[in-house]
Amino acid sequence: MSEMRRVTAICNGTVVDHIPSGRAVQVLKMLRLDIGRSNPISLVMNVPSAKLGRKDVLKIEDRELSQEELDRLALLAPAASVAIIRNYSVAEKLNAELGDELVNIARCSFWNCITQNAREPLPQKLRVVNEDPLEIRCSYCGRGQDMDEIVDNIL
Amino acid sequence: MGDLITMDDLSNKEIENLLDNAERLLPVAKGDVYLPLLEGKVLANMFFENSTRTRMSFETAMKRLGGSVLNFSTTGSSVSKGETLYDTMQMIDGYADVAVIRHPRQGAAQYSADAIEIPVLNAGDGAGNHPTQTLLDLFTIREAHGTLKGLNVVLVGDLRYGRTVHSLSHALVRFGATLTLVSPESLMMPREIVSDLKNHGAEVTETSDFSATIGDADVIYMTRIQKERFPDEDEYAKVAGIYTLSAGDLSGAKKEMVIMHPLPRVEEIHPSVDSTHHARYFRQAFNGVVARMALLCDCLGVKVPKKVK
Repeated sequence: MSEMRRVTAICNGTVVDHIPSGRAVQVLKMLRLDIGRSNPISLVMNVPSAKLGRKDVLKIEDRELSQEELDRLALLAPAASVAIIRNYSVAEKLNAELGDELVNIARCSFWNCITQNAREPLPQKLRVVNEDPLEIRCSYCGRGQDMDEIVDNIL
Repeated sequence: MGDLITMDDLSNKEIENLLDNAERLLPVAKGDVYLPLLEGKVLANMFFENSTRTRMSFETAMKRLGGSVLNFSTTGSSVSKGETLYDTMQMIDGYADVAVIRHPRQGAAQYSADAIEIPVLNAGDGAGNHPTQTLLDLFTIREAHGTLKGLNVVLVGDLRYGRTVHSLSHALVRFGATLTLVSPESLMMPREIVSDLKNHGAEVTETSDFSATIGDADVIYMTRIQKERFPDEDEYAKVAGIYTLSAGDLSGAKKEMVIMHPLPRVEEIHPSVDSTHHARYFRQAFNGVVARMALLCDCLGVKVPKKVK
């Protein structure tokens, strides 16, 4: 049974496909969709995928993801495909793209980083040192950040 | 060169030029020649954390070259009233031509460099980097061995929190040195740094057995286990005084091997080592003046003459 039949088609919104299996909940947190939102969201996990073996899928109704949100998505699911749905049809296909620097996406997790002082006004910056395997460091203190830390420190 | 935050800000060629200029400036550092290359320039020494050698050698370097120095410390400043680093640095941007910063928080130097226009020189940011120390360390090693290439350098002690060894190891592998990292398990070199060193193609050995490394060493670089960097005092107590070196330990050492230490030392090097020909740590501290002179000239766009007399 394909995952498209597990959840009904949406009229308007965004479908995020090819999320690595088990990461959908983190993606929700990363996109800040887990708090204070009223949009219906369908979450499908661990379904068979020709491309990934197993994958997760998210369907977010009545909301089109912005480029900034796609940049966040790229951290957790660089191979994700994103479809903007309008009136039950795919209106746009987008890809998540990881930039060189992530500005004001997450706070550095290191307890002694200068950015831990919330009153310091410069933006939080994380640098993508390597894409595969993904390696991310704080642009100021240079400390490596793992994905769980990034998700926990989302701004 | 503008800012110097980590050794990645300098190419090998730039490092070699700085070391050559430092060598030319030796008679100025000793006070034998007065060369006011930096007359009219102002250095701001922004020390948010204690320092003896770094602050004083920057001050001496600037004054020997005819410049002047503003000394800042957190006591009695607006920092004690809660001023942000950003605001403090904005002020200094208008007062000085170059800023030297030491700060207990890691990343403070890069943050300052992003905040202001004048060049920022990192004089130690928490357990992060200390590139100006690296320049004087490289100068001292080159002075002793005539080269940086192919040497076996043994880094000993607190490799986790020791910012001097973080910067030095990066620079040494770029010049083809072999590194032996000696530390207890709790103070091993951070994984991202070891990964960087290996990505540079460096031969890196990690061990906790210091005595086994002495015979093959060209340079032994001792470091203090820094109590102030430990989040937990019990963890400090477990490793305090773990590696020490006395004159009696050096019988199997190579004749040309030199012992260095960024200082201050506590128990790591017994005073009996001071009178051996291996000891270089006081010379190393003096070399801080020439290395920093060369650096100040470079970041202020002032050329060092080929012949200094």
